[in-house]
Amino acid sequence: MQTSIVISGFGGQGVLFAGQLLAYAGMDNGYHVTWIPSYGPEMRGGTANCTVIISDEAIGAPLVNKPDIAVALNLPSFEKYEGLVKPDGLFVINSSIVTAVADRTDVDVVYVPANAIAEKQGSTKMMNMATLGAMLAKRPFLTLDAIKQALRDHLPASKAKLLNANFRVLELGYEAAQQETVA
Amino acid sequence: MTKELLKGNVAIAEAAVRAGCEAYFGYPITPQTELLEHMSSRMIELGRTFLQAESEVAAINMVYGAAAAGARVMTSSSSPGISLMQEGISYIAGSEVPVVIVDVIRGGPGLGNIQPSQGDYNQVTKSAGHGDFHPIVLAPSTIQEAIDMMGLAFDLADKYRTLVFVVADGSLGQMMEPAELPPMQELRPRPTWSLTGKKDREQNLISSIYLGASLLEEFNRKLQAKLAIIEKNEVRYEAYELEDAEYVVVAFGTAARVAKTAVQTLRRQGIPVGLFRPISLWPFPEQQLTDLADNGRVKGFLVTEMNAGQMLHDVRLAVGRGLPVKFYGRMGGAIPMPEEIETQILNLINPAAQPETTPEGSNGYINR
Repeated sequence: MQTSIVISGFGGQGVLFAGQLLAYAGMDNGYHVTWIPSYGPEMRGGTANCTVIISDEAIGAPLVNKPDIAVALNLPSFEKYEGLVKPDGLFVINSSIVTAVADRTDVDVVYVPANAIAEKQGSTKMMNMATLGAMLAKRPFLTLDAIKQALRDHLPASKAKLLNANFRVLELGYEAAQQETVA
Repeated sequence: MTKELLKGNVAIAEAAVRAGCEAYFGYPITPQTELLEHMSSRMIELGRTFLQAESEVAAINMVYGAAAAGARVMTSSSSPGISLMQEGISYIAGSEVPVVIVDVIRGGPGLGNIQPSQGDYNQVTKSAGHGDFHPIVLAPSTIQEAIDMMGLAFDLADKYRTLVFVVADGSLGQMMEPAELPPMQELRPRPTWSLTGKKDREQNLISSIYLGASLLEEFNRKLQAKLAIIEKNEVRYEAYELEDAEYVVVAFGTAARVAKTAVQTLRRQGIPVGLFRPISLWPFPEQQLTDLADNGRVKGFLVTEMNAGQMLHDVRLAVGRGLPVKFYGRMGGAIPMPEEIETQILNLINPAAQPETTPEGSNGYINR
């Protein structure tokens, strides 16, 4: 079993850190993981992305053409990845910023108002956690507790006071995605 | 020891520190700068030598000096920086001092770009500087292997008093993967041949100048004899799913990781394909490939590289003319995807079966 995730957004939206948290959580739960950032010219346009692969077997290629899961934190990322998510995959959209609606009917699409959720808990900077929560509600390949442990271990010391708020944003993102399913 | 999530460049640097690297000289260049950055704090913390030189030309000559003085020494750079170092690299080869160089290859030629490439294969294996010599060239394909290779690189450099290259590409430098670092080694003593001050001993001389033709020929003969021993002893490779393979993909470094995924996918469909991964690019595992070609079972080879086909020629020399050796390459910083390699393997097996398509979002590929 292998899950490939692309997280994409503006620089400063916590794209690379969110990917690293997944990689740490995957590693600490006994999976093989790879994390690879975009560092080429595509970053110069203001959009950064990273690819994370979590697998129960050794991982060959660290990149994928078509990810199982794409998380789009801004509009350029939405436009880039809408067509690339694998059929039956998951497309997580930060609906606070991306007002567009996905045309794909062969993938699960979840809209999560990530900025709004994070802002209510004290800082929009935590919006990346809302999207991770929403993703795990739909594809529980890791538990919320695994992500929380990774946060405990790896949130920079300067942000330690935001640890519980990050937990809360993660949970609220998870709940938002669950409620969307019910509705 | 437990596994940590480590970035390639940082892992290589820390592995070098733990292998007892006493001095580092370098100049920043993407995509290997994190290596130099890690060295800049760790080496100072440990009271060792770190120096950011004014250029790659200066850095390699500082490396030469430190090696002559007997220090376990290294530098690291990326493609254009290695080109700048080539004069010094040749002097190091001509002086037979042990040096480790890490090349995190990026797209070329020229300034090119900062994305992953294997375009310097010929440069490092065959043309690392003027004159007749080859460095030992090691090519990791995972971060754990890169870590393990740093200790090996320093040991081989010392054992043969030779240059050892560790070549990665931008993606291996930038990616993170769980890996385990080795314990810290003590600094090794300065070798007896090194320039430590001649008080109470005979003079040591380190030089690459031999003015008479017969003197220089004699030196070259000695150097070639040493390289022949290295060729005999230091071939390294990985054989993956080759026991019953009828088709063999040959790839190194990141391209080999991608090829491994393709091989796994096709194996699940019952296709008898395997991967041969040279780990030492020089000495090249020529005999092992010849043996594969002659085993009566293998029907064809696919070489895949992130360049226009450089290792391809070594594979063709080893395989000979009896079997097809096809090539698939991506250039300019592009990494092939497993699906592309799967298509090429299927094409090798049955050339009529698969339509040739240009990879999505690319400017094409090169097929030979």
